[in-house]
Amino acid sequence: MNLATQRFDAVIVGGGGAGLRASLELAQSGLNVAVISKVFPTRSHTVSAQGGINAALGNTDGSDDWRWHMYDTVMGSDFLGDQDAIEYMCKHAPETIYELEHMGLPFSRLDNGKIYQRAFGGQTRNFGGELVHRTCCAADRTGHAMLHTLYQRNVAARAKFFNEWFAMDLVKAEQGIAGVMALNIETGEVVFLQARATILATGGAGRIFQSTTNAHINTGDGFGMVLRAGLPLQDMEFWQFHPTGIAGAGVLITEGSRGEGGYLINKEGERYMERYAPHLKDLSCRDVVARSSMIEIREGRGCGPKGDYVLLKLDHLGTEVINKRLPGIRELSITFAGVDPLKNPIPVVPTCHYLMGGIPTTVHAQVLTVKNGQDHIVEGLYAAGECACVSVHGANRLGANSLLDIVVFGRAAGLHVQQSVREGLGYRTPSSADIEAALSGLNRWNNNQNGESVDVIRNELQKIMQNDFGVFRTAEHMQEGFKKLEKLQERLKSASIKDKSQYFNTSRIEALELDNLMETALATAYLANERTESRGAHARYDFPKRNDRDWLKHSMYFSDGTIDFRPVNMKPHEVEPIKLKDRE
Amino acid sequence: MRFSIYRYNPETDKKPYMQDYDLDSEANSCYMVLDALLAIKNTMDDTLTLRRSCREGVCGSDGMNINGKNGLACTTHLSSLKEPIIIRPLPGLPVIRDLVVDMTQFYQQYEKIKPYLQNSEPVPAKERLQSPAERAKLDGLYECILCACCTSSCPSFWWNPDKFVGPAGLLQAYRFIADSRDTEKSERLADLADPFSLFRCRGIMNCVDVCPKGLNPTKAINEIKELMLEEAV
Amino acid sequence: MVKSVLGVNHQGLTDWLIQRVSAVIMMLYSVGLFAYLIMHPGLDYAEWHALFSSKCMKLATLLFILSLLFHSWIGMWTVFTDYIKSFLLRLVLQVFLLLSLIVFFFAALWILWGV
Repeated sequence: MNLATQRFDAVIVGGGGAGLRASLELAQSGLNVAVISKVFPTRSHTVSAQGGINAALGNTDGSDDWRWHMYDTVMGSDFLGDQDAIEYMCKHAPETIYELEHMGLPFSRLDNGKIYQRAFGGQTRNFGGELVHRTCCAADRTGHAMLHTLYQRNVAARAKFFNEWFAMDLVKAEQGIAGVMALNIETGEVVFLQARATILATGGAGRIFQSTTNAHINTGDGFGMVLRAGLPLQDMEFWQFHPTGIAGAGVLITEGSRGEGGYLINKEGERYMERYAPHLKDLSCRDVVARSSMIEIREGRGCGPKGDYVLLKLDHLGTEVINKRLPGIRELSITFAGVDPLKNPIPVVPTCHYLMGGIPTTVHAQVLTVKNGQDHIVEGLYAAGECACVSVHGANRLGANSLLDIVVFGRAAGLHVQQSVREGLGYRTPSSADIEAALSGLNRWNNNQNGESVDVIRNELQKIMQNDFGVFRTAEHMQEGFKKLEKLQERLKSASIKDKSQYFNTSRIEALELDNLMETALATAYLANERTESRGAHARYDFPKRNDRDWLKHSMYFSDGTIDFRPVNMKPHEVEPIKLKDRE
Repeated sequence: MRFSIYRYNPETDKKPYMQDYDLDSEANSCYMVLDALLAIKNTMDDTLTLRRSCREGVCGSDGMNINGKNGLACTTHLSSLKEPIIIRPLPGLPVIRDLVVDMTQFYQQYEKIKPYLQNSEPVPAKERLQSPAERAKLDGLYECILCACCTSSCPSFWWNPDKFVGPAGLLQAYRFIADSRDTEKSERLADLADPFSLFRCRGIMNCVDVCPKGLNPTKAINEIKELMLEEAV
Repeated sequence: MVKSVLGVNHQGLTDWLIQRVSAVIMMLYSVGLFAYLIMHPGLDYAEWHALFSSKCMKLATLLFILSLLFHSWIGMWTVFTDYIKSFLLRLVLQVFLLLSLIVFFFAALWILWGV
């Protein structure tokens, strides 16, 4: 068959923070690089990040240490994070921030002209001591400021963009990955983008849940692509529920609002986090706060007519702090909750926010697979950002570590690809069967007639995940949900779309996205069911304790249902390993 | 609720037409225009085509013309609108399909103003210092989401989309001119001193009226003119 | 007046300045003339003739006319470049406008110095 092919040194799938940071590195180095993004880059979900980005600069407090940041991140991860990767990220954080500042990111400032840093959850001084101010921010629009700055630098570096192109599948080769099969959304044209290196920066998949802070576009496209290429996903059971999504709407209210001094109350007006976590209170790790809120709601202390949310109180901060530090929050809560936080508390509820797991990678963003208990690097494939699992977040991510993750590892991917290309990384040629495989999803949706609609199946999927794989999990619920998912997976095979146009067919894109949501949901269901302990964001009623003896390991899922494991790295290079201990 | 929506698919339609849909917005728990459009697409007609992403007014995907006024579908409350709710694509830009417009010219104008910080001084080891007062000058500028509601409501842009930068681009031009860390202020001003790029703004403030983020491009444009005058005399 | 710092093509700023300065001149002149008319009810030809016989008034009127001509040239040029997309038609209209403005100028001179 006659398939249009274009060749690049590197193809980056995704135009969010990680993708743009990687492309900047590569475009500046003079390599021939293409970014393909299903939306114009500044519409990517990085834009919604609010609170900030962590780095031990010590600007507000006078002193800080990346080793303390590393300790907090390991503790936050409930020891599932790889300590070598966390070390790499925290150590490189300060230079990353300075680099972003030099790029033009409009950080908020202290009186002495340095970057302003606010308090955030789980950030302490001296290995678990007092709260520290470590989160650099641009008011409460840090993600927006970062994404736009990175896009602007890419404009300056003249990176090549394929905007509103959809990556359907990886194209395999005998060894590794040859590139991606991409669909031009506007024209319906299909092109094979062949690359020495393919970097996945496809972000998260929060849309597997009914209630999520995530954008409509967060459909786990990279997860689906990787699984269909026969590669594994790691730690997919670890979904973070953010304590403060606006009840009903799901829109995020940053943890920075608690960092600035806001706190949660129940219907009796009690500041209940003092009871659950006397030391860090409202600035405990997100998993702890989210579970506490859910317990309050379940035990009948929730607010509102149905008692199904709690309240975030900010009015005591005063007009100046709110308007200067949290202007976006005020705007969102007026629009989506009908509440002005200057006067009244905001109704909030734990809401699906972030996936700690993803595509397993090295600290250089090279994608890994496991064969016979051994790690193997997949030739020509990289992943960075939320879609990757390095793993720096382990079982629970600290707030403001995700913006750090995307720039640190987006850059790492760019650097490693440069080096590999210089050392002679070549192109790989797919067989015609490989090409066919990468087109099969599109062909199915083009040909299926008179099936169930995408919307019906997507709704059911989201309902199953919400009810059976939410904040608290039990074997009973999960097995029930699991059966429902398997049935739904069968139904998906014969689902169809009515719109058969080649021209800007968004229904077809949503259908392809649904395939990816399904793969992601199944990975989550398999691994959540498998892990018989509670760790970080994975909380089970039937196994309420962390079990380091049996479960201090990464779980891996292949799309054929195979489950495997990898050890957690507890060997940082420069510092002593952080030893296992209980969290607050 | 009755919606009257602009439809056009160049593959099948000779010319655009308006199509009516009746949606029970309460039963479908729709509060915003975007909720309603997605409910129509999901349950009534999957050929209805629009862009959307964050659904919270920060990504700028779903700019459209709602009852005659440009705005974001995701932050426009249905309860604030009169029926029938008439939805059209952003004016002044070529329509690709239904509510999806071709924003190439809009992005080209944005790129024209060199939307990135330029600083010719040596890079310091740490951050460049900036006082809170200097940083405050960027408030009301950097928050732009490039939704094109302003630019596509501007007649000057309609008439000269290839030459007039438009309110969104000019707001960003001023965002960098006003940044104490940018050293290319004079060059930036010089780039805008021709009769079209900046001076086609007639100050009618359509842009201010429609900006979903409450920004004020007209003010930024006037600031640029003033700086240019200072530079010149 | 406009320094070269603004690059080769600073016509936009020049035009913009001319529009504002000429508008101010026209306004001052109009207000002055209007005030004169109010202060002189039942104005007759002799008084009117005397007014325009003064050198000052002649110069002021000339300045007003020049402002008017420049103002309309820039204004009409803007309108033409906004709305007339055919180059040929625009050229014809602009030439016609320019010639008219020149004719108006000499006609005004002829009238003024004929007083």
